[in-house]
Amino acid sequence: MNKSAIHTESKIFDIEKIRTDFPILKTIVHGKPLCYLDNAATTQKPQVVIDKLVEFYTTMNANIHRGVHFLSEISTKEFEDARAKIKNFINAKSEKEIIFTKGTTDSLNLAAIAFGRGKLKSGDEIIITGMEHHSNIVPWQLIAKEKNIKLRVIPITDKGEIIFEEFEKMINEKTKLVSVVYVSNSLGTVNPVEKIIETSHKFDIPVILDAAQAIQHLNIDVQKLDCDMLAFSGHKIYGPTGIGILYGKEKLLNELPPYQGGGDMIAKVTFEETTFNSLPYKFEAGTSNIADAIGLGTAIDYVSIIGIDAIARHEGELLDYATDRISELPEIKIIGQAKKKSSVLSFVIQNIHPHDVGTFLDFEGVAIRTGHHCTQPVMDRYNIPATSRASFAMYNTKEEVDTLVNSLKKIIEVFN
Amino acid sequence: MDAELRELYQQVILDHNKSPRNFKKLDNANHSAEGYNPLCGDKINLYLIMEDDVVKDVSFQGSGCAISKASASLMSSIIKGMKKEEVEKLFEKFHDLVTGKLTDEKEIEELGKLAVFAGVRDFPARVKCASLAWHTLISALKDGKSVVSTEE
Repeated sequence: MNKSAIHTESKIFDIEKIRTDFPILKTIVHGKPLCYLDNAATTQKPQVVIDKLVEFYTTMNANIHRGVHFLSEISTKEFEDARAKIKNFINAKSEKEIIFTKGTTDSLNLAAIAFGRGKLKSGDEIIITGMEHHSNIVPWQLIAKEKNIKLRVIPITDKGEIIFEEFEKMINEKTKLVSVVYVSNSLGTVNPVEKIIETSHKFDIPVILDAAQAIQHLNIDVQKLDCDMLAFSGHKIYGPTGIGILYGKEKLLNELPPYQGGGDMIAKVTFEETTFNSLPYKFEAGTSNIADAIGLGTAIDYVSIIGIDAIARHEGELLDYATDRISELPEIKIIGQAKKKSSVLSFVIQNIHPHDVGTFLDFEGVAIRTGHHCTQPVMDRYNIPATSRASFAMYNTKEEVDTLVNSLKKIIEVFN
Repeated sequence: MDAELRELYQQVILDHNKSPRNFKKLDNANHSAEGYNPLCGDKINLYLIMEDDVVKDVSFQGSGCAISKASASLMSSIIKGMKKEEVEKLFEKFHDLVTGKLTDEKEIEELGKLAVFAGVRDFPARVKCASLAWHTLISALKDGKSVVSTEE
Protein backbone atom coordinates (compact mmCIF):
# COMPACT_ATOMS: atom_id res chain seq x y z
CA MET A 1 0.00 0.00 0.00
CA ASN A 2 1.19 3.51 -0.75
CA LYS A 3 2.08 5.09 2.59
CA SER A 4 1.44 8.69 1.64
CA ALA A 5 -2.00 7.68 0.42
CA ILE A 6 -2.95 6.43 3.87
CA HIS A 7 -1.53 9.51 5.51
CA THR A 8 -3.34 12.24 3.66
CA GLU A 9 -4.97 13.47 0.50
CA SER A 10 -8.59 12.82 1.35
CA LYS A 11 -8.38 14.88 4.56
CA ILE A 12 -9.39 18.47 5.09
CA PHE A 13 -6.76 20.63 6.78
CA ASP A 14 -8.85 22.52 9.35
CA ILE A 15 -6.51 25.11 10.88
CA GLU A 16 -9.11 26.44 13.35
CA LYS A 17 -9.79 22.96 14.68
CA ILE A 18 -6.05 22.24 14.89
CA ARG A 19 -5.43 25.44 16.87
CA THR A 20 -8.02 24.47 19.46
CA ASP A 21 -6.18 21.16 19.93
CA PHE A 22 -3.19 23.06 21.38
CA PRO A 23 -4.21 24.70 24.68
CA ILE A 24 -1.01 26.75 25.03
CA LEU A 25 -1.86 28.77 21.91
CA LYS A 26 -4.40 30.68 24.00
CA THR A 27 -1.61 32.22 26.09
CA ILE A 28 -1.44 36.01 26.34
CA VAL A 29 2.12 37.44 26.32
CA HIS A 30 2.65 41.06 27.45
CA GLY A 31 -1.01 41.69 26.69
CA LYS A 32 -0.83 40.24 23.17
CA PRO A 33 -1.93 36.84 21.87
CA LEU A 34 0.97 34.40 21.69
CA CYS A 35 2.39 34.05 18.20
CA TYR A 36 4.58 30.99 18.57
CA LEU A 37 7.19 30.85 15.80
CA ASP A 38 9.91 28.91 17.61
CA ASN A 39 8.87 25.48 16.43
CA ALA A 40 12.30 24.38 15.25
CA ALA A 41 13.37 24.62 18.91
CA THR A 42 10.37 22.71 20.17
CA THR A 43 6.77 22.24 19.11
CA GLN A 44 3.75 22.70 21.34
CA LYS A 45 1.75 19.69 22.49
CA PRO A 46 -1.82 18.83 21.54
CA GLN A 47 -4.28 18.08 24.36
CA VAL A 48 -4.33 14.37 23.46
CA VAL A 49 -0.61 14.08 24.24
CA ILE A 50 -0.98 15.96 27.53
CA ASP A 51 -3.97 13.78 28.42
CA LYS A 52 -2.05 10.62 27.60
CA LEU A 53 0.72 11.53 30.04
CA VAL A 54 -1.84 12.17 32.77
CA GLU A 55 -3.66 8.95 31.92
CA PHE A 56 -0.43 6.97 32.09
CA TYR A 57 0.56 8.22 35.52
CA THR A 58 -3.03 8.01 36.78
CA THR A 59 -3.91 4.52 35.60
CA MET A 60 -0.94 2.61 34.17
CA ASN A 61 2.32 3.52 35.85
CA ALA A 62 4.61 0.56 36.46
CA ASN A 63 8.02 -0.47 35.24
CA ILE A 64 8.00 -2.34 31.97
CA HIS A 65 9.26 -5.79 30.92
CA ARG A 66 9.75 -8.70 33.35
CA GLY A 67 6.88 -7.54 35.57
CA VAL A 68 4.13 -10.15 35.86
CA HIS A 69 1.60 -7.97 37.60
CA PHE A 70 -1.41 -6.19 36.12
CA LEU A 71 0.01 -2.66 35.78
CA SER A 72 3.34 -3.80 34.43
CA GLU A 73 1.61 -5.73 31.70
CA ILE A 74 -0.42 -2.67 30.71
CA SER A 75 2.56 -0.30 30.69
CA THR A 76 4.69 -2.82 28.76
CA LYS A 77 1.97 -3.18 26.15
CA GLU A 78 1.50 0.60 25.79
CA PHE A 79 5.27 1.11 25.55
CA GLU A 80 5.69 -1.55 22.87
CA ASP A 81 2.60 -0.27 21.05
CA ALA A 82 4.28 3.14 20.88
CA ARG A 83 7.33 1.50 19.34
CA ALA A 84 5.13 -0.16 16.74
CA LYS A 85 3.48 3.19 15.90
CA ILE A 86 6.88 4.75 15.30
CA LYS A 87 7.97 1.77 13.23
CA ASN A 88 4.90 2.22 11.03
CA PHE A 89 5.29 5.99 10.85
CA ILE A 90 8.79 5.79 9.33
CA ASN A 91 8.04 2.44 7.64
CA ALA A 92 10.85 0.48 9.29
CA LYS A 93 10.94 -3.27 8.62
CA SER A 94 10.71 -4.29 12.24
CA GLU A 95 10.25 -3.01 15.79
CA LYS A 96 13.76 -4.32 16.47
CA GLU A 97 15.05 -1.37 14.47
CA ILE A 98 13.41 1.26 16.71
CA ILE A 99 15.52 2.24 19.74
CA PHE A 100 14.14 4.64 22.33
CA THR A 101 16.63 7.31 23.40
CA LYS A 102 16.49 10.69 25.19
CA GLY A 103 16.40 12.60 21.93
CA THR A 104 18.33 13.28 18.73
CA THR A 105 21.53 14.18 20.56
CA ASP A 106 21.39 10.96 22.57
CA SER A 107 20.63 9.00 19.38
CA LEU A 108 23.64 10.49 17.58
CA ASN A 109 25.90 9.85 20.57
CA LEU A 110 24.70 6.26 20.62
CA ALA A 111 25.41 5.98 16.91
CA ALA A 112 28.85 7.57 17.22
CA ILE A 113 29.97 5.43 20.14
CA ALA A 114 28.52 2.12 18.95
CA PHE A 115 29.62 2.62 15.35
CA GLY A 116 32.95 4.09 16.42
CA ARG A 117 33.78 1.22 18.78
CA GLY A 118 32.45 -1.44 16.48
CA LYS A 119 33.50 -0.36 13.05
CA LEU A 120 36.09 2.41 12.98
CA LYS A 121 39.85 2.25 13.23
CA SER A 122 42.77 4.65 13.06
CA GLY A 123 43.07 6.44 9.73
CA ASP A 124 39.39 6.07 8.77
CA GLU A 125 37.36 9.06 7.60
CA ILE A 126 33.83 10.28 8.37
CA ILE A 127 32.02 12.81 6.18
CA ILE A 128 29.56 15.39 7.55
CA THR A 129 28.24 18.64 6.03
CA GLY A 130 29.05 22.27 6.78
CA MET A 131 25.52 22.83 8.11
CA GLU A 132 25.41 20.27 10.91
CA HIS A 133 23.93 21.02 14.32
CA HIS A 134 26.59 20.70 17.03
CA SER A 135 25.00 17.36 17.96
CA ASN A 136 26.14 15.87 14.66
CA ILE A 137 29.64 17.35 14.97
CA VAL A 138 30.79 16.95 18.56
CA PRO A 139 30.00 13.20 19.06
CA TRP A 140 32.04 12.45 15.92
CA GLN A 141 34.85 14.72 17.05
CA LEU A 142 35.02 12.84 20.35
CA ILE A 143 35.24 9.45 18.68
CA ALA A 144 37.62 10.87 16.04
CA LYS A 145 40.02 11.98 18.74
CA GLU A 146 39.79 8.67 20.59
CA LYS A 147 40.43 6.59 17.48
CA ASN A 148 42.51 8.93 15.35
CA ILE A 149 39.84 9.34 12.70
CA LYS A 150 39.55 12.22 10.26
CA LEU A 151 36.34 14.24 10.10
CA ARG A 152 35.72 15.74 6.65
CA VAL A 153 33.20 18.47 5.96
CA ILE A 154 31.22 19.03 2.74
CA PRO A 155 31.35 22.79 2.04
CA ILE A 156 28.17 24.81 1.47
CA THR A 157 27.32 27.58 -1.00
CA ASP A 158 26.23 31.15 -0.25
CA LYS A 159 22.64 30.03 -0.72
CA GLY A 160 23.06 27.26 1.87
CA GLU A 161 23.26 24.15 -0.30
CA ILE A 162 25.94 21.48 -0.10
CA ILE A 163 28.41 21.33 -2.99
CA PHE A 164 27.71 17.80 -4.16
CA GLU A 165 30.78 17.52 -6.39
CA GLU A 166 32.96 18.24 -3.35
CA PHE A 167 31.24 15.39 -1.52
CA GLU A 168 31.92 13.03 -4.42
CA LYS A 169 35.57 14.09 -4.45
CA MET A 170 35.88 13.46 -0.70
CA ILE A 171 34.88 9.81 -0.89
CA ASN A 172 37.83 7.45 -0.91
CA GLU A 173 38.80 4.00 0.37
CA LYS A 174 39.23 5.44 3.90
CA THR A 175 35.66 6.78 4.06
CA LYS A 176 33.73 4.57 6.49
CA LEU A 177 30.66 6.66 7.28
CA VAL A 178 28.57 9.60 6.08
CA SER A 179 26.46 11.38 8.72
CA VAL A 180 24.39 14.29 7.46
CA VAL A 181 21.58 16.54 8.54
CA TYR A 182 18.36 15.97 6.58
CA VAL A 183 16.98 19.50 7.15
CA SER A 184 19.21 22.29 8.48
CA ASN A 185 17.86 23.87 11.68
CA SER A 186 19.48 27.24 11.01
CA LEU A 187 19.11 27.51 7.20
CA GLY A 188 16.05 25.40 6.48
CA THR A 189 17.85 23.61 3.64
CA VAL A 190 16.46 20.20 2.74
CA ASN A 191 19.55 18.24 1.76
CA PRO A 192 19.54 15.83 -1.21
CA VAL A 193 19.76 12.82 1.10
CA GLU A 194 18.50 10.37 -1.54
CA LYS A 195 21.44 11.27 -3.76
CA ILE A 196 23.89 11.22 -0.84
CA ILE A 197 22.70 7.75 0.18
CA GLU A 198 22.77 6.41 -3.38
CA THR A 199 26.30 7.71 -3.95
CA SER A 200 27.58 6.45 -0.58
CA HIS A 201 26.07 3.00 -1.03
CA LYS A 202 27.89 2.58 -4.35
CA PHE A 203 31.01 2.43 -2.19
CA ASP A 204 29.33 0.41 0.61
CA ILE A 205 29.49 3.39 2.97
CA PRO A 206 26.62 3.56 5.48
CA VAL A 207 24.70 6.83 5.92
CA ILE A 208 23.23 8.26 9.13
CA LEU A 209 20.56 10.95 8.89
CA ASP A 210 19.95 13.58 11.55
CA ALA A 211 16.21 13.98 11.02
CA ALA A 212 15.54 16.28 14.01
CA GLN A 213 14.12 18.97 11.68
CA ALA A 214 12.75 16.56 9.06
CA ILE A 215 10.50 14.15 10.94
CA GLN A 216 7.78 16.78 11.59
CA HIS A 217 7.79 18.19 8.05
CA LEU A 218 8.54 15.39 5.58
CA ASN A 219 7.07 12.03 4.81
CA ILE A 220 9.92 9.72 5.82
CA ASP A 221 10.11 6.14 4.61
CA VAL A 222 13.37 4.64 5.84
CA GLN A 223 13.12 1.65 3.51
CA LYS A 224 12.61 3.81 0.47
CA LEU A 225 15.37 6.20 1.58
CA ASP A 226 17.56 3.20 2.40
CA CYS A 227 19.38 5.19 5.12
CA ASP A 228 21.32 3.00 7.55
CA MET A 229 20.43 4.97 10.67
CA LEU A 230 18.12 7.89 11.39
CA ALA A 231 17.79 10.01 14.53
CA PHE A 232 15.00 12.26 15.74
CA SER A 233 13.42 13.76 18.86
CA GLY A 234 9.87 13.40 20.12
CA HIS A 235 9.48 16.99 21.22
CA LYS A 236 9.93 18.39 17.71
CA ILE A 237 6.99 16.36 16.45
CA TYR A 238 4.41 17.50 19.03
CA GLY A 239 5.49 14.84 21.55
CA PRO A 240 7.09 15.13 25.01
CA THR A 241 10.68 16.19 25.69
CA GLY A 242 13.20 13.63 26.88
CA ILE A 243 12.27 10.97 24.35
CA GLY A 244 13.77 10.29 20.95
CA ILE A 245 14.44 7.57 18.44
CA LEU A 246 17.39 5.98 16.76
CA TYR A 247 16.34 3.89 13.81
CA GLY A 248 18.97 1.47 12.53
CA LYS A 249 18.93 -1.34 10.01
CA GLU A 250 18.67 -4.61 11.92
CA LYS A 251 21.78 -6.13 10.36
CA LEU A 252 23.91 -3.08 11.21
CA LEU A 253 22.56 -2.81 14.78
CA ASN A 254 23.33 -6.49 15.35
CA GLU A 255 26.92 -5.90 14.32
CA LEU A 256 27.44 -3.02 16.75
CA PRO A 257 28.45 -3.32 20.41
CA PRO A 258 26.16 -1.87 23.13
CA TYR A 259 26.26 1.83 23.96
CA GLN A 260 25.55 1.67 27.69
CA GLY A 261 25.52 -1.27 30.06
CA GLY A 262 22.94 -1.98 32.75
CA GLY A 263 19.54 -3.46 33.31
CA ASP A 264 17.21 -4.50 30.51
CA MET A 265 20.01 -4.71 27.92
CA ILE A 266 21.32 -8.10 29.06
CA ALA A 267 20.39 -11.72 28.46
CA LYS A 268 22.59 -13.29 31.12
CA VAL A 269 25.05 -11.73 33.55
CA THR A 270 27.73 -13.46 35.60
CA PHE A 271 30.76 -11.77 37.10
CA GLU A 272 32.86 -13.30 34.36
CA GLU A 273 30.77 -12.49 31.33
CA THR A 274 27.57 -10.92 30.07
CA THR A 275 25.55 -11.86 27.04
CA PHE A 276 23.44 -9.07 25.66
CA ASN A 277 19.74 -8.89 25.05
CA SER A 278 18.34 -8.98 21.54
CA LEU A 279 17.35 -5.86 19.58
CA PRO A 280 16.19 -3.26 20.31
CA TYR A 281 16.77 -3.88 24.06
CA LYS A 282 20.51 -4.27 23.62
CA PHE A 283 20.62 -0.49 23.22
CA GLU A 284 18.09 0.41 25.91
CA ALA A 285 19.97 0.09 29.21
CA GLY A 286 18.10 1.02 32.36
CA THR A 287 14.48 1.99 32.83
CA SER A 288 13.30 3.79 29.71
CA ASN A 289 11.35 7.03 29.68
CA ILE A 290 8.15 5.01 29.57
CA ALA A 291 5.54 7.76 29.90
CA ASP A 292 7.10 9.99 27.26
CA ALA A 293 7.59 7.10 24.85
CA ILE A 294 3.87 6.40 25.12
CA GLY A 295 3.19 10.14 24.75
CA LEU A 296 5.27 10.15 21.59
CA GLY A 297 3.15 7.32 20.25
CA THR A 298 0.06 9.47 20.79
CA ALA A 299 1.74 12.45 19.08
CA ILE A 300 2.51 10.22 16.08
CA ASP A 301 -1.15 9.16 15.99
CA TYR A 302 -2.20 12.80 16.05
CA VAL A 303 0.17 13.80 13.24
CA SER A 304 -0.88 10.77 11.19
CA ILE A 305 -4.55 11.69 11.47
CA ILE A 306 -3.90 15.20 10.15
CA GLY A 307 -1.45 13.84 7.62
CA ILE A 308 2.19 14.74 7.23
CA ASP A 309 1.74 15.72 3.57
CA ALA A 310 -1.09 18.11 4.45
CA ILE A 311 1.04 19.57 7.22
CA ALA A 312 3.99 19.97 4.84
CA ARG A 313 1.79 21.71 2.27
CA HIS A 314 0.44 24.16 4.85
CA GLU A 315 3.90 24.92 6.22
CA GLY A 316 5.27 25.33 2.70
CA GLU A 317 2.62 27.96 1.98
CA LEU A 318 3.51 29.78 5.22
CA LEU A 319 7.22 29.71 4.40
CA ASP A 320 6.62 31.08 0.88
CA TYR A 321 4.33 33.79 2.22
CA ALA A 322 6.76 34.77 5.00
CA THR A 323 9.69 34.79 2.57
CA ASP A 324 7.79 37.10 0.21
CA ARG A 325 6.64 39.44 2.99
CA ILE A 326 10.07 39.68 4.63
CA SER A 327 11.69 40.30 1.25
CA GLU A 328 9.62 43.52 1.08
CA LEU A 329 11.84 44.94 3.82
CA PRO A 330 15.17 46.10 2.32
CA GLU A 331 16.86 46.16 5.75
CA ILE A 332 16.43 42.40 6.12
CA LYS A 333 18.57 39.69 4.58
CA ILE A 334 17.41 36.09 4.59
CA ILE A 335 20.15 33.61 5.53
CA GLY A 336 19.59 30.32 3.76
CA GLN A 337 18.09 30.55 0.30
CA ALA A 338 18.28 26.97 -0.86
CA LYS A 339 15.90 25.87 -3.61
CA LYS A 340 14.39 23.23 -1.36
CA LYS A 341 13.63 24.54 2.12
CA SER A 342 11.48 23.50 5.01
CA SER A 343 9.68 25.73 7.48
CA VAL A 344 12.71 27.69 8.76
CA LEU A 345 13.28 31.36 8.03
CA SER A 346 16.58 32.73 9.33
CA PHE A 347 17.38 36.37 8.82
CA VAL A 348 19.54 39.30 9.87
CA ILE A 349 18.50 42.95 10.05
CA GLN A 350 20.93 45.70 9.12
CA ASN A 351 22.38 47.31 12.27
CA ILE A 352 20.05 45.48 14.67
CA HIS A 353 21.39 42.58 16.67
CA PRO A 354 19.21 39.42 16.77
CA HIS A 355 18.94 39.59 20.57
CA ASP A 356 17.35 43.01 20.41
CA VAL A 357 15.00 41.65 17.75
CA GLY A 358 14.09 38.75 20.04
CA THR A 359 13.33 40.99 23.02
CA PHE A 360 11.28 43.38 20.89
CA LEU A 361 9.24 40.63 19.27
CA ASP A 362 8.53 39.12 22.68
CA PHE A 363 6.70 42.30 23.61
CA GLU A 364 4.55 41.86 20.51
CA GLY A 365 3.74 38.34 21.68
CA VAL A 366 5.98 36.84 18.98
CA ALA A 367 8.28 34.01 20.07
CA ILE A 368 11.26 33.42 17.80
CA ARG A 369 14.78 32.14 18.44
CA THR A 370 17.87 34.30 18.22
CA GLY A 371 21.49 33.21 18.39
CA HIS A 372 23.72 30.70 16.65
CA HIS A 373 21.14 27.89 16.86
CA CYS A 374 23.86 25.41 17.89
CA THR A 375 25.39 25.77 14.43
CA GLN A 376 28.41 28.01 15.05
CA PRO A 377 30.25 26.79 11.91
CA VAL A 378 27.26 27.97 9.85
CA MET A 379 27.44 31.43 11.46
CA ASP A 380 31.20 31.53 10.74
CA ARG A 381 30.53 30.49 7.14
CA TYR A 382 28.31 33.55 6.62
CA ASN A 383 30.48 35.73 8.84
CA ILE A 384 27.63 36.65 11.20
CA PRO A 385 27.47 36.25 14.99
CA ALA A 386 23.85 35.13 15.06
CA THR A 387 20.52 35.19 13.23
CA SER A 388 16.87 35.61 14.11
CA ARG A 389 14.88 32.54 13.20
CA ALA A 390 11.16 32.11 12.70
CA SER A 391 10.03 28.51 12.24
CA PHE A 392 6.57 27.29 11.42
CA ALA A 393 4.39 24.38 12.51
CA MET A 394 1.00 23.02 11.48
CA TYR A 395 -0.88 25.42 13.77
CA ASN A 396 0.65 28.68 12.46
CA THR A 397 -1.30 31.07 10.24
CA LYS A 398 -0.68 33.77 7.65
CA GLU A 399 -2.04 36.29 10.18
CA GLU A 400 0.82 35.30 12.48
CA VAL A 401 3.29 35.91 9.67
CA ASP A 402 1.73 39.37 9.28
CA THR A 403 2.19 39.98 13.02
CA LEU A 404 5.84 39.00 12.66
CA VAL A 405 6.40 41.30 9.69
CA ASN A 406 4.59 44.25 11.28
CA SER A 407 6.63 43.82 14.47
CA LEU A 408 9.84 43.76 12.43
CA LYS A 409 8.81 47.03 10.76
CA LYS A 410 8.36 48.60 14.21
CA ILE A 411 11.82 47.52 15.37
CA ILE A 412 13.46 48.88 12.26
CA GLU A 413 11.69 52.18 12.90
CA VAL A 414 12.76 52.40 16.57
CA PHE A 415 16.39 51.55 15.87
CA ASN A 416 16.85 53.91 12.95
CA MET B 1 6.21 50.79 22.59
CA ASP B 2 5.58 48.99 25.88
CA ALA B 3 6.72 50.92 28.98
CA GLU B 4 8.97 48.13 30.28
CA LEU B 5 10.56 47.83 26.86
CA ARG B 6 11.06 51.58 26.60
CA GLU B 7 12.71 51.48 30.02
CA LEU B 8 15.19 48.90 28.65
CA TYR B 9 15.81 50.61 25.34
CA GLN B 10 16.11 54.22 26.46
CA GLN B 11 17.02 56.80 23.86
CA VAL B 12 20.55 57.13 25.29
CA ILE B 13 21.07 53.40 24.79
CA LEU B 14 19.74 53.51 21.24
CA ASP B 15 22.03 56.48 20.49
CA HIS B 16 25.13 54.79 21.85
CA ASN B 17 24.22 51.62 19.95
CA LYS B 18 23.94 53.56 16.72
CA SER B 19 27.09 55.62 17.20
CA PRO B 20 29.27 54.01 19.86
CA ARG B 21 31.93 56.24 21.44
CA ASN B 22 35.61 55.18 21.53
CA PHE B 23 34.87 52.41 19.05
CA LYS B 24 38.37 51.77 17.75
CA LYS B 25 41.62 49.98 18.54
CA LEU B 26 44.25 51.78 20.65
CA ASP B 27 47.55 50.82 19.07
CA ASN B 28 49.59 51.95 22.07
CA ALA B 29 47.41 50.24 24.71
CA ASN B 30 49.36 48.79 27.62
CA HIS B 31 46.43 46.72 28.91
CA SER B 32 43.87 44.77 26.90
CA ALA B 33 41.37 41.96 27.28
CA GLU B 34 38.92 40.00 25.19
CA GLY B 35 35.42 39.31 26.48
CA TYR B 36 33.13 36.65 25.11
CA ASN B 37 29.62 35.47 25.83
CA PRO B 38 29.46 31.94 24.40
CA LEU B 39 25.68 31.78 24.89
CA CYS B 40 24.97 34.56 22.40
CA GLY B 41 28.29 35.08 20.63
CA ASP B 42 28.83 38.64 21.84
CA LYS B 43 32.48 39.62 21.60
CA ILE B 44 34.40 42.62 22.83
CA ASN B 45 38.05 43.65 22.63
CA LEU B 46 38.96 46.25 25.21
CA TYR B 47 42.04 48.47 25.08
CA LEU B 48 43.42 50.56 27.96
CA ILE B 49 46.22 53.02 28.46
CA MET B 50 47.00 53.10 32.17
CA GLU B 51 49.35 55.62 33.73
CA ASP B 52 50.07 55.41 37.46
CA ASP B 53 46.88 53.42 38.06
CA VAL B 54 44.78 56.00 36.23
CA VAL B 55 42.78 55.32 33.06
CA LYS B 56 44.44 57.61 30.52
CA ASP B 57 42.53 56.29 27.55
CA VAL B 58 40.12 53.46 26.75
CA SER B 59 38.53 52.05 23.62
CA PHE B 60 36.73 48.94 22.44
CA GLN B 61 35.77 46.93 19.38
CA GLY B 62 33.46 44.00 18.89
CA SER B 63 29.96 42.88 18.08
CA GLY B 64 26.92 42.49 20.24
CA CYS B 65 23.39 43.60 20.95
CA ALA B 66 22.34 47.19 21.63
CA ILE B 67 22.57 46.66 25.39
CA SER B 68 26.12 45.29 25.30
CA LYS B 69 27.34 47.86 22.77
CA ALA B 70 25.79 50.82 24.58
CA SER B 71 27.13 49.53 27.89
CA ALA B 72 30.68 49.37 26.50
CA SER B 73 30.30 52.80 24.88
CA LEU B 74 28.95 54.52 28.00
CA MET B 75 31.50 52.79 30.19
CA SER B 76 34.35 53.98 27.98
CA SER B 77 33.14 57.56 28.09
CA ILE B 78 32.78 57.55 31.89
CA ILE B 79 35.92 55.85 33.20
CA LYS B 80 38.48 58.07 31.48
CA GLY B 81 40.53 59.79 34.20
CA MET B 82 39.37 57.44 36.94
CA LYS B 83 41.67 55.57 39.29
CA LYS B 84 41.72 51.77 39.17
CA GLU B 85 39.98 51.44 42.56
CA GLU B 86 37.29 53.90 41.52
CA VAL B 87 36.59 51.87 38.41
CA GLU B 88 36.30 48.68 40.43
CA LYS B 89 33.89 50.31 42.88
CA LEU B 90 31.82 51.68 40.03
CA PHE B 91 31.56 48.24 38.50
CA GLU B 92 30.20 46.83 41.77
CA LYS B 93 27.52 49.51 41.84
CA PHE B 94 26.72 48.99 38.16
CA HIS B 95 26.40 45.26 38.69
CA ASP B 96 24.05 45.83 41.63
CA LEU B 97 22.02 48.16 39.43
CA VAL B 98 21.48 45.73 36.56
CA THR B 99 20.77 42.79 38.86
CA GLY B 100 18.21 44.82 40.81
CA LYS B 101 20.15 44.91 44.09
CA LEU B 102 20.63 48.65 43.99
CA THR B 103 17.23 50.15 44.79
CA ASP B 104 18.06 53.38 46.60
CA GLU B 105 17.03 56.21 44.24
CA LYS B 106 19.82 58.50 45.44
CA GLU B 107 22.49 55.87 44.90
CA ILE B 108 21.12 55.16 41.42
CA GLU B 109 21.24 58.85 40.64
CA GLU B 110 24.89 58.97 41.70
CA LEU B 111 25.67 56.58 38.86
CA GLY B 112 24.94 59.41 36.43
CA LYS B 113 24.55 58.32 32.82
CA LEU B 114 24.90 54.68 33.81
CA ALA B 115 21.48 54.89 35.48
CA VAL B 116 19.91 54.33 32.04
CA PHE B 117 20.72 50.65 32.50
CA ALA B 118 18.29 50.32 35.44
CA GLY B 119 15.72 48.78 33.07
CA VAL B 120 17.95 45.73 32.59
CA ARG B 121 16.92 44.42 36.04
CA ASP B 122 13.53 43.42 34.58
CA PHE B 123 15.28 41.31 31.91
CA PRO B 124 17.44 38.72 33.73
CA ALA B 125 18.54 37.21 30.42
CA ARG B 126 20.13 40.54 29.43
CA VAL B 127 22.25 41.14 32.57
CA LYS B 128 25.20 39.45 30.89
CA CYS B 129 24.82 41.74 27.87
CA ALA B 130 25.09 44.80 30.10
CA SER B 131 27.98 43.52 32.17
CA LEU B 132 30.21 41.92 29.51
CA ALA B 133 32.17 45.12 28.84
CA TRP B 134 32.67 45.66 32.56
CA HIS B 135 33.91 42.14 33.22
CA THR B 136 36.33 42.59 30.35
CA LEU B 137 37.48 45.92 31.75
CA ILE B 138 38.14 44.47 35.21
CA SER B 139 40.10 41.66 33.60
CA ALA B 140 42.16 44.12 31.56
CA LEU B 141 42.92 46.10 34.72
CA LYS B 142 44.12 43.00 36.54
CA ASP B 143 46.34 41.50 33.89
CA GLY B 144 48.18 42.80 30.93
CA LYS B 145 46.35 40.60 28.45
CA SER B 146 43.58 38.08 29.03
CA VAL B 147 40.38 36.49 27.80
CA VAL B 148 37.18 36.42 29.87
CA SER B 149 33.97 34.53 29.34
CA THR B 150 30.58 35.18 30.93
CA GLU B 151 30.30 31.44 31.54
CA GLU B 152 33.31 30.93 33.79
